[in-house]
Amino acid sequence: MAKVKLQSQNISKVFKTRKAELKVLDNCSIELKENEFVSIVGTSGCGKSTLLNIIAGLLPPTSGKVIIDGQAIKGPGRDRGVVFQSYTLFPWLTVEKNILFALKNTKLSNKEKSELVKDYISSVGLSGFENSYPKELSGGMKQRVAIARALVYKPAVMLMDEPFGALDAQTRGMMQELLLKVWQEHKTTVLFITHDVDEAIFMSDRVLIMTARPGKIKEEISINLNRPRNYEMLTSPEFMALKRQILDAIRSETLKSLELKS
Amino acid sequence: MKKNSMFEIREEIPRHIYIIAGVTFIAAILLIWQIVTQLKLVNPLFLPSPMDIINEGIRQIKEGILVKDSRISIYRIVVGWLFATVIAVPIGILMGNFKFFEGLLEPFVDLVRYMPVVALIPLTILWAGIGDFQKFLILFIGTFFQEVLMVMDNVKNVPLDLIKVGRTLGLSRYEILKDIILPASMPAIWDTFRITIGWTWTYLVVAELVAANSGLGRRIMDAQRYLATETIIFGILFIGFLGLVTDYLFKFLGHKFFHWNKGR
Repeated sequence: MAKVKLQSQNISKVFKTRKAELKVLDNCSIELKENEFVSIVGTSGCGKSTLLNIIAGLLPPTSGKVIIDGQAIKGPGRDRGVVFQSYTLFPWLTVEKNILFALKNTKLSNKEKSELVKDYISSVGLSGFENSYPKELSGGMKQRVAIARALVYKPAVMLMDEPFGALDAQTRGMMQELLLKVWQEHKTTVLFITHDVDEAIFMSDRVLIMTARPGKIKEEISINLNRPRNYEMLTSPEFMALKRQILDAIRSETLKSLELKS
Repeated sequence: MKKNSMFEIREEIPRHIYIIAGVTFIAAILLIWQIVTQLKLVNPLFLPSPMDIINEGIRQIKEGILVKDSRISIYRIVVGWLFATVIAVPIGILMGNFKFFEGLLEPFVDLVRYMPVVALIPLTILWAGIGDFQKFLILFIGTFFQEVLMVMDNVKNVPLDLIKVGRTLGLSRYEILKDIILPASMPAIWDTFRITIGWTWTYLVVAELVAANSGLGRRIMDAQRYLATETIIFGILFIGFLGLVTDYLFKFLGHKFFHWNKGR
């Protein structure tokens, strides 16, 4: 039995405005084992990004707690690496210095730091671009640097909030394979938010489906496809069956949320 | 798609046409001006010819007046603007990042910002005398209250996600300010410098309006007394020219410093 790495226990989140209260998460509990790759899918507005922000420590929950390696979190910290959907590289720093930035405040020597950075640049396939500035990179390349930056300080858990959401379909496919390769190379635990069902199945060990708002986990589906995964699996019958199952679950939630609105 | 027009919406045009157009426009105005004065359509007292203006410039250079005036005025501009900037930048950064400072200072800044600077001259003389310090004070008041709000906006435009990255990397608030917000907003703040020093130039005449015995602005005010229209027009054009040079200098340095910035 692999040990439990990340737990969110009964997380609820209520956003208060002057006029109304909006319950976004309702007793949402998840659990990730060490080195597991878990995706969360759900209709838009179901609170999946809110959950990730709470786990990242960027947003306090209204109730419930987040536990990493047995310790309750108190805000953001270096035990979690986060990759956002938007491009978040520092435009005034080169690729190399962007990644190096994440090693600020570590006790490593300069030599150790630059070796680590070199390592991660090559594992995201950007050797030769060390001295490029973000404005010279494509969207996919920027996200690769962001992934390297979030991994280089070896956080216990990687949190990814639709990191490929802004990329075109072809680039996205390549990035998924690259992320799986990096994940296998560096052995880490990943929580991945997406609304793309194909992406969730292709990458994950488990897919968690969220209910419509207020969000909690509706269903959990284990993905027993062999690793390493390759793009041919995307059209296999097993893949299609899983996709059908997940789409059905999401669709019923989408319908619910539409009825609520009308 | 065929592009045969110079007037496609937001399309680039050849660089040389872009430059020639700007130069031609100025040349055309000068030409019309010359014709109007040569045909004596206007009394020279109201509008001297471009040649009169050029001769006035040559006279001021020969007599050493221009260099002396420029030196004192540039000195006042630089000190007045630096005085405003050194205070506006840290306060603007505080206002842009901490709601408390925004709430504390914005109503006051907005109030002062709409006070007419010219009307403050008597007070500044009362408080600061008639020396250079009074000139600095006028330039400071004309510049600071606009600049501080612009710096606040520059800082607020730093994407929240960059700040979030800093937080997830475990940086302290001070480190986020120093290592993320400041460098991220620097190109915009630099642009604010460029724009505000332009305003400082426009307040020069106001600063030298009263109780000054030298400077480019003073020269213009004196000329008014003797109806030396060519001195007035030359003075105005020369201040405009120095302002333009300053602007280009800032643009040029901005390109150098912030080459990593998009769209530069």
